Amino acid sequence: MARFAARRLLLMIPTLFAVTVIIFVLVRVVPGDIVELRLVSGGSFVTPSVIEAERVRLGLNKPIWAQFTQWIVGIPRLDLGTSMWTGQPITEEIALRLQLSLQLAVMATLIAVAIALPMGIAAAVRRGSWVDHAVQVISVAGLATPSFWLGILLLLFLLTTFHWLPPFTFTPLWVDPKANLLQLIWPALAVGYRYSAVTTRMTRSSMLEVLREDYVRTAWAKGLAARVILTRHALRNALLPVVTVIGLEFAFLIGGLVVTEQVFNLNGIGKLFVDAISHRDYTLIQGLLLLVAAIYILVNFLIDLLYVWLDPRLSYG
Amino acid sequence: MTQELLTAAPPALARSPRRASWLGRFVRRQPMGTVAAVVIAAIAVTGALAPWIAPYDPVANDFGAMFVGPSHDHWLGTDAFGRDVLSRLIYGARTALLVGFAASLGGATLGAIVGVIAAYFRGPTDLVLQRAADILISFPLIILALAIVAILGSGTLNLILAIALSFVPRIELVIRASAMSIRGMVYVEAARAVGAGPWRIIFRHMVPNVVAPYLVMVTAFLGQAILLEASLSFLGLGVNEPTAAWGLMLSGTAVEFLQRAPWMAIFPGLAITITVLAFNVLGDSLRDALDPRLRT
Repeated sequence: MARFAARRLLLMIPTLFAVTVIIFVLVRVVPGDIVELRLVSGGSFVTPSVIEAERVRLGLNKPIWAQFTQWIVGIPRLDLGTSMWTGQPITEEIALRLQLSLQLAVMATLIAVAIALPMGIAAAVRRGSWVDHAVQVISVAGLATPSFWLGILLLLFLLTTFHWLPPFTFTPLWVDPKANLLQLIWPALAVGYRYSAVTTRMTRSSMLEVLREDYVRTAWAKGLAARVILTRHALRNALLPVVTVIGLEFAFLIGGLVVTEQVFNLNGIGKLFVDAISHRDYTLIQGLLLLVAAIYILVNFLIDLLYVWLDPRLSYG
Repeated sequence: MTQELLTAAPPALARSPRRASWLGRFVRRQPMGTVAAVVIAAIAVTGALAPWIAPYDPVANDFGAMFVGPSHDHWLGTDAFGRDVLSRLIYGARTALLVGFAASLGGATLGAIVGVIAAYFRGPTDLVLQRAADILISFPLIILALAIVAILGSGTLNLILAIALSFVPRIELVIRASAMSIRGMVYVEAARAVGAGPWRIIFRHMVPNVVAPYLVMVTAFLGQAILLEASLSFLGLGVNEPTAAWGLMLSGTAVEFLQRAPWMAIFPGLAITITVLAFNVLGDSLRDALDPRLRT
């Protein structure tokens, strides 16, 4: 197991390198000059000398490969350069907001799993019944409902029934757990519902497949209790693809956070990304894209480990 | 003579019964998909007839009628600038469908072409394209689209481009996989044996055979594109004011004056949800009808 993990970890290095190349090309392929674009989009009148000074300040006067080298040698030291807009180190900007977004992502995932597993299993067991149809409708609607609109509806509900809105300033979990949860449960619900939809569909189809297996029929034939068959025989085997979906959904949660943090005015990674886009802060965008990709790679690595742990038949090769 | 004329029906006529039976079978086997198609047609007609059916000018401010609730004059109320919500919804359908169709078709077509060409020529270019696409699909669509907006700037045209480009790696991988299997088919080999050039093989033999997965991807993209348009416009990085767009209607004042004018927040969201739902349901039914192998 340790050797398998070590090998997979080492394989992540070339992948990460390729990721940095792609991100750098994507962000720097700008037609025209970044500095000019930024200053002109700000609406101010700029002289060539101002542009030149800004270019020197941001290190953009160096050749492109030198800029790239400077960026990637900093990455192992967690130095992603400084923000073009605030001038702060990017790692600091991210660290400041990571706690909120990470907690939100974990809560949203828990909510999604809490909705998806029971619904998916119930739909598979009662295939074709009204339960199955209801579950299908709920999950199809989840994919179509924009999470920011769901967030707005939740705010409307809180306003009309409790005359209360969750506060904008973040209270860390260990400072005041109750205030923290009361603040984050709403955005987590808005994001979690949407993300439950895919997991529900996956759970349903995976369970349906397993329930057709011979060993499940044998289990019924020898008179085992339904609860034992569903959990020990069926669910355990149906869980593998579901785990993958949950993991990938977690890695993709940042996409949901981008809009939801805006609705609830939460100062997290998603809002930072939107701000970086609005200010055309290219170094910050670069850093955040790297973070998103790194999370995706890391989650994939963890899924692989979990797979082997869940299913001993899979080799560590 | 007359007998001959009767049997030699024009090809268009000869083909139509077949097409009608396909449609009939779709309607019979996919009732939900049919309902969804009707809903989409209704939205499209509403958008197309917007100038004739919208009761007000969607961008005309009326500061004497701000935050008017749903009433006889304004069925769905007015917004913070006194603009009629119903009229903006009707015109918003144009924005949603324009961006949705343009981005899905554009992105899917570009991605499909790249995919087929990569599958035909293989080699180092294919390898690089493949790796790049693998990495690009590890970003959520909205993150990719936002990153492209950061480069291009906001506005309707740039929004279409951003959404279309973020679809490219997704469809490229699917089409490439299909095209790869077609490339190994005997008829492709036969075409090459009789001296057909690469472009003839690509466009006459490979492209027609990836049409099914292409159509399935396009319909799957439509709902996502409309949702992305709404999300980016909501963030202020998509369609710009004062153009009527559903996502834009939900941003800023809709949240600020939520308690005073909830209709500003409820109806545009409902429009987005119904439209995306209809496209998703139609997409699922089309996938089942066209290519059951792609069922998830």
